[in-house]
Amino acid sequence: MKKNQHKTETHEFNRRRFLQGLAGGTGLAVLSPTSVNAHVPSYAQTPSVLVDVTRCIGCRQCMRACKQANDLPDNTDLTADFPGSWDPEELRFDQWTVVNPATGCDTDGNEVTRNIKTQCMQCLEPTCVSVCPVGAMTKSELGPILYSADRCIGCRYCIMACPFDVPKFEWEGGMFAVIGKCQMCAHTRLAEGRLPACAESCPTGALKFGRRDSLLFEARARIKTQPERYIDHIYGEHEAGGTAWLYLSDVPFENIGFKSNVETTPMPPLTWEVLSKIPIMAGAMAGLFGTVAWSLNRREAAERQDASENQEDSE
Amino acid sequence: MNGWIFILVCLAILTWVALCLVYDKRPRFLRPVTAITVLCIWVSALWTLIRRFSEGLGAVTGMNDAAPWGLWIGADVFAGVALAAGGFVIAATVHIFRIERFEPILRPTILTAFLGYMLVAVALFIDIGRPLSWWHPLVMWQHHSIMFEVTWCVILYSTVLAIETSPPLLERLGLTRLLKLVKTTTIPVVIAGVILSTMHQSSLGSLYLIVPEKLYPLWYSPLLPVFFLISAVAAGMCVIIVESYFSAKILRRGLESMLMRDLGRAAGIILFIYLAMKMADLTARGHLEMVFEGSLQSRLFLVEMMGCVALPAILLSIRKFRLLPRGLLTAAFLVMAGIVLNRVNVSWIGMDVSDHLHYIPTWMEIALSLAFITGGTVVFFLAVHYLPIFPRAEDEQIDEQVKSLLPGSRVA
Repeated sequence: MKKNQHKTETHEFNRRRFLQGLAGGTGLAVLSPTSVNAHVPSYAQTPSVLVDVTRCIGCRQCMRACKQANDLPDNTDLTADFPGSWDPEELRFDQWTVVNPATGCDTDGNEVTRNIKTQCMQCLEPTCVSVCPVGAMTKSELGPILYSADRCIGCRYCIMACPFDVPKFEWEGGMFAVIGKCQMCAHTRLAEGRLPACAESCPTGALKFGRRDSLLFEARARIKTQPERYIDHIYGEHEAGGTAWLYLSDVPFENIGFKSNVETTPMPPLTWEVLSKIPIMAGAMAGLFGTVAWSLNRREAAERQDASENQEDSE
Repeated sequence: MNGWIFILVCLAILTWVALCLVYDKRPRFLRPVTAITVLCIWVSALWTLIRRFSEGLGAVTGMNDAAPWGLWIGADVFAGVALAAGGFVIAATVHIFRIERFEPILRPTILTAFLGYMLVAVALFIDIGRPLSWWHPLVMWQHHSIMFEVTWCVILYSTVLAIETSPPLLERLGLTRLLKLVKTTTIPVVIAGVILSTMHQSSLGSLYLIVPEKLYPLWYSPLLPVFFLISAVAAGMCVIIVESYFSAKILRRGLESMLMRDLGRAAGIILFIYLAMKMADLTARGHLEMVFEGSLQSRLFLVEMMGCVALPAILLSIRKFRLLPRGLLTAAFLVMAGIVLNRVNVSWIGMDVSDHLHYIPTWMEIALSLAFITGGTVVFFLAVHYLPIFPRAEDEQIDEQVKSLLPGSRVA
């Protein structure tokens, strides 16, 4: 009986807390369209892509598919000798994903080359969304981070702040330059229930699309069943607080061009911790300076009055 | 390459003009040479602007995706805002803390700050990728962004500065009722100005809190906002010293020597606090040995901390040194150079860490920055000429002196 009662209490407590949380969450959502937690209770269902570096042959079909799906100028040269002889390509405002060979030492110390696909990592708690002053970067209901040129002012803080150096700027853009980055085909394809163009185009299964939790499960299973094939690290599981794009590799990530110094906690709190204190600080300062000014003024007025009274007395 | 030669020649001439003023040497051709140089700078800046707006930022600046913020942000905006900090410091000193002996330098200081913020606003307008959308932060709120807060603070503080600068203009126009209204609101407006300044001066540092793995450890610190605020206060005071010195020289009026010495002393104390905090911070985070590692970053950090913080702090703490106007000027100038170096270090050198620099400013970026400085100076002296900016008791005297500087009159 006692046990049961306790259980009910816990249940009640949890329900109350849940309702409070819901109310708080709704309030937060109204106040802050960018608060990611308000939208996505859990990141388990976030549309994600698992990249298996060991399976990528560097054919760059994903680059071409990306450009066609997003109406970007396509100058991908697929006629050159295949594979590995492509010129290195860089992310640009009109080139949202690239595949480049990267050479580095594997775990045995041998120099090996791997093909690395780069695009927006689609952070679960995105830095770009938190730093954008006008909400031009938003995290969609589904998860991918969208960019809206209609809101953008071109301050380039997102470029500066992105832990993966993904957003790119149209440097020759005159008065109406835009930022460009992968949006995981959220509007065009995900909304229709189709895969992102790159994932669909991959001929080798190096890109696998799915829910984040099932992809993580699969990645762990691959590492466990083939420990000789993979290193025990899923890049993106914890980087920058977790990303929707996850990478598996046989070569340590830092040796093939991945940033190894990215924080493993979400980035937005770094500035929010300071920002959220500003109203209190401002209020305190207003009170402090107001009091000082008022009291000093009053003292001066009193002194002036004394002086004039003294003058009258002497007269 | 020709552009760089042009810039170097301009810089040499401007330095020579400043030295002429400091040493009271006024060769006949001083004024025509200055005028021609300034005109050349303005023409090249105009050319830069036309190309920037037609062909894009990439056509005139050295910025790229690896270095998205260049000299216009680092030197013009970050350093410009810091250099204009004197405005809120003196306004608070006079109106809140009622230390009224600083009243004679209130108006010129506020005017300098106002012009500084106007230039910062123009620089931002030019630097953002979609200039016509500059007003978006006013209606499209995103209060999780430091940039959003900075934008609002800068706009609001510019309004505050406009109100604080207005009395001389209203006096000149004879709008006594409006003047009375402005004067009754002085204290709340000044308090608002101090709060807004504290907020955005520190927030410019907070902008970099989000990049712990990118900004070099010598500059990155959770205390960045505090460092930005403290250094801005010291630099703002030193700007007042430099500005007063040159105003006195050009307008041939007396220098408020006592006030300048006091400002210098206060700036020195603040610099010592800054230095101590910076050292304590580096020690606490275990990066003190990086100071002497010999990289480009560590060398520039040493120049910044030794040459532009420790050295002027020591000089300003020596009473005999403070009594020399040129000594005071030298120390103040070092601090000003130091704040520019610090902001450039944070926004460029500290962020551009690899075997080679991704960003090198173009001569056009420097030309536009020089145009801002010279333009601001010209507007300042025009305002001083037409408006009662300097103390009233000397009005007549100033007018005489200004007249002597106008074209057609001979400098005595």
